[in-house]
Amino acid sequence: MTQTSTPPADNPVLPLPRREPSDQRALPLCSRSLGTGLALLLGAPCADADYGINFPEPAAGVAQEIYDIHMLTMTIATVLLVIVFAIVFYSLYFHRKSRGYVADQNFHNSWFGHWSWVIVPMLVLGVDLTIAGKADAVLKEVWEVPKEQNIMDVKVTGHQWWWEFDYLDHGIKVESRFVPKEQSGDLYLREVDNHLVLPTGTKIRFLHTSADVLHAFWVPALAVKKDAIPGYVTETWAQIDREGTFRGQCAELCGTWHSRMPIVVDAVSPKQFAAWVDERKAVMVAAAAEAGSDRTWSLDELYARGKTGFKTRCAPCHQVNGMGLPPAFPALNGSKIATGPIADHLRIVINGKQGTAMQSWATLDDLEIASIVTYERNAWDNKTGDVVQPADVKKAR
Amino acid sequence: MTATTLTHDEVHHHDTPRGWRRWLFSTNHKDIGTLYLFFALTMLFLGGASAMLIRMELFQPGIQLLEPDLYNNLVTNHALLMIFGAVMPAAAGLANWMIPMMIGAPDMALPRMNNLSFWILPAAASMLILSFVVPFFPGGGTQINTGWTLYPPLSIQVGMSMDFLIFAIHLLGISSVLASINIIVTLLNMRAPGMTLMKMPIFCWSWLVTAFLLILVVPVLAGGVTMLLFDRHFGTSFFDAAGGGDPVLFQHLFWFFGHPEVYILLLPSIGVLSHVIPAFSRKPLFGYHSMVGAMLAVATIGMVVWAHHQYTIGMSLGAVTYFMIGTILISIPVGLMIFNFIATMWRGSMTFETPMLFAVAIILMFTFGGLSGVMLAVVPADMQYQDSMFVVAHFHYVLMPGAVFGLFAGVFYWLPKWTGHMYDERLGKLFFWINVIGFNITFFPQHFLGLAGMPRRIVDYNVMFTEFNVVSSIGAMIFGLSHLLFLYIIIKTIRGGKQARNRAWEGAKGLEWELDSPPAFHTWTVAPQIR
Repeated sequence: MTQTSTPPADNPVLPLPRREPSDQRALPLCSRSLGTGLALLLGAPCADADYGINFPEPAAGVAQEIYDIHMLTMTIATVLLVIVFAIVFYSLYFHRKSRGYVADQNFHNSWFGHWSWVIVPMLVLGVDLTIAGKADAVLKEVWEVPKEQNIMDVKVTGHQWWWEFDYLDHGIKVESRFVPKEQSGDLYLREVDNHLVLPTGTKIRFLHTSADVLHAFWVPALAVKKDAIPGYVTETWAQIDREGTFRGQCAELCGTWHSRMPIVVDAVSPKQFAAWVDERKAVMVAAAAEAGSDRTWSLDELYARGKTGFKTRCAPCHQVNGMGLPPAFPALNGSKIATGPIADHLRIVINGKQGTAMQSWATLDDLEIASIVTYERNAWDNKTGDVVQPADVKKAR
Repeated sequence: MTATTLTHDEVHHHDTPRGWRRWLFSTNHKDIGTLYLFFALTMLFLGGASAMLIRMELFQPGIQLLEPDLYNNLVTNHALLMIFGAVMPAAAGLANWMIPMMIGAPDMALPRMNNLSFWILPAAASMLILSFVVPFFPGGGTQINTGWTLYPPLSIQVGMSMDFLIFAIHLLGISSVLASINIIVTLLNMRAPGMTLMKMPIFCWSWLVTAFLLILVVPVLAGGVTMLLFDRHFGTSFFDAAGGGDPVLFQHLFWFFGHPEVYILLLPSIGVLSHVIPAFSRKPLFGYHSMVGAMLAVATIGMVVWAHHQYTIGMSLGAVTYFMIGTILISIPVGLMIFNFIATMWRGSMTFETPMLFAVAIILMFTFGGLSGVMLAVVPADMQYQDSMFVVAHFHYVLMPGAVFGLFAGVFYWLPKWTGHMYDERLGKLFFWINVIGFNITFFPQHFLGLAGMPRRIVDYNVMFTEFNVVSSIGAMIFGLSHLLFLYIIIKTIRGGKQARNRAWEGAKGLEWELDSPPAFHTWTVAPQIR
């Protein structure tokens, strides 16, 4: 779907100005560190998201509750830490040999020494139960997806190294890939080509799974982190309560380009969302019609399409220059696959290669596979002159 | 015993073997202890070098120094070298040196197995280093980019270096289990007459608990990685969903080992502290019995809370509630330990030599790491912390003070006993301050990075994370290089220095201080009588 999307720079469904990371760097380092230290010391909610030292401002009810319990535990931890530090420093200062303090050899035999093993665990248990009790209440709400008929389902599939979002209720699909630094600037590694557009005020269920290795979907402002595991479907939910753009990243080490799996959520009003859905559907219908037509494509047409497709889908591993990153990602330039029999080439693209990062691309339509394979067989030094038609792909499936 | 055998024994005992034979064939607990400690020191520098490379790469956004897979490989190696190469062997080295001297035994119960359990380690280390080196050769396959957790399916994708790593883990596991058996047998059978279990020094108790933990959990890891090996080469599908397996099963096996492992690293240092703090506070340990109880409780609860490392895999509400409450409850025994240490210092007559400085730093910083651990235990909040830099900061705050500083304290505390020389106190204190300050500069800012949304194990990051990464990397250079000073102090002390008295520290108590400094090659050939 990549080639049909609006470029992120002038995306019409961005109602709010983006928070520029450069703003977050405005304060001089020393004053920021000081503020940081104070904020943590006080455990106070004054820890401002803009300085990047605490969770970003929550954008969903559940995220708010998680934020609150985080602040609660942090406050309790800070208070306990201050108490421990105070006692230790008091002792360090007063109970010193250099001050002439004589050790109390029977301190451990006092009533306190005999009963502290009961008193201390009781006190700690009290703190534990305070935290656990509060956490338990929040946990139920976070963990259990509301059982409602009209909840909106979004299937999130992690791939090496991009995200696929299926809007199960709307029959549309978004593929989301990182944008190189030249195009994303300061948002590098926090920007993708196609955003995950979601309506506000709607209960949304995310169904997570993976096509290859483990990934984890994490958007801090929505507080929905869950692993994407092949063979599993895990779920989280959120009801976004304000419009805006929320950024996150893959949180589970997934191989070479783990750092290049950003997630960008655009939260828009339900009305804007409906308009967006219609637009996407129209685009998809047009693309399907084009791919399904029986026409025969020329080498140049396929080459041009394939170049775009290759850059988006294949170049992250095999590189734009086709040289790959051996040994993990073999070169396609001059490779046996890309210059040998077409059938073998199609087979590996459609089925993938087991035990490697080469996944199956069977979900792409015939036209797209045909154009990418044609491109790979004619680009760089691979001047085979082969033209692979969508009909050939259909046969090879 | 007849006169003839006595003479024979005498001759045998005083004939210290020389040259390489002394070390390769050694069955002497002191020599094997020394071997363990030097091995650990070597691994500390290898692991530290990988950590410094990681931090150099993260000094600025962008990929400057390391290819992503090399970065991931270093992340993997740093963890394995530090855990299996540095901390565990160092703790085993302390155990070898000190346990027989502390309980009045002539040596470990199984001296030849002792030799074996050490000499497996260099072989294991070679396998581990090979797993790092092999991908640089043609046909060597891809690098290990999985992190030390080795989660499939990613670990199935890796080339042959993963097989080297699996066999390295097998060897390391065999070594640990053999050493643990030896320690348990020694502690249960070789104590001097009159030394009941509840009179045993706490360091010995801490190792008794640790050794049982090791025997219980290491085989589970060995089984897990063997299943991985079968999935990789023999067509099984233990962890492959497409073949009816379960990728999450590996995580359960790994963390069933991995969480107790945290206490395996921690407990020996707790044992060391229980000697250092009373010695420099000049009063007995507060709460000996509750200390023993707390260690047993930590080990027991620690065995059944492993899944808090994997809250995000989508367990049922009941399961996560159980793991959350179990994990939070660990704060009770750990809190009791910290309390006992503070109460030992309280109303003592303290002086602050290097071991005591490390002990105080442990109390303060380990408390901090423990408290962020309670925060992490809370499932809903962990949905944010999980796999972020906050976790990296947390476990370094637990393991660095909890394990490594404890070992430093132990080394400085017993170095005069081992070498017969006092170390240079001025340099020791200098090392302490550089080390502790460097550590805090490195890891404190990582809390903020994690909260602000930086995932762990990424080679490249957005500019919004720059400042704290710069600070952290600068800290890491100070912290890393400070260990050269540590090495210098050790070498200097071995080569000479002020003669140490038998009781090197004014407040030191225990059988080891009744012996000469340095002790004879064989000590306690006649067991002391404990009242």
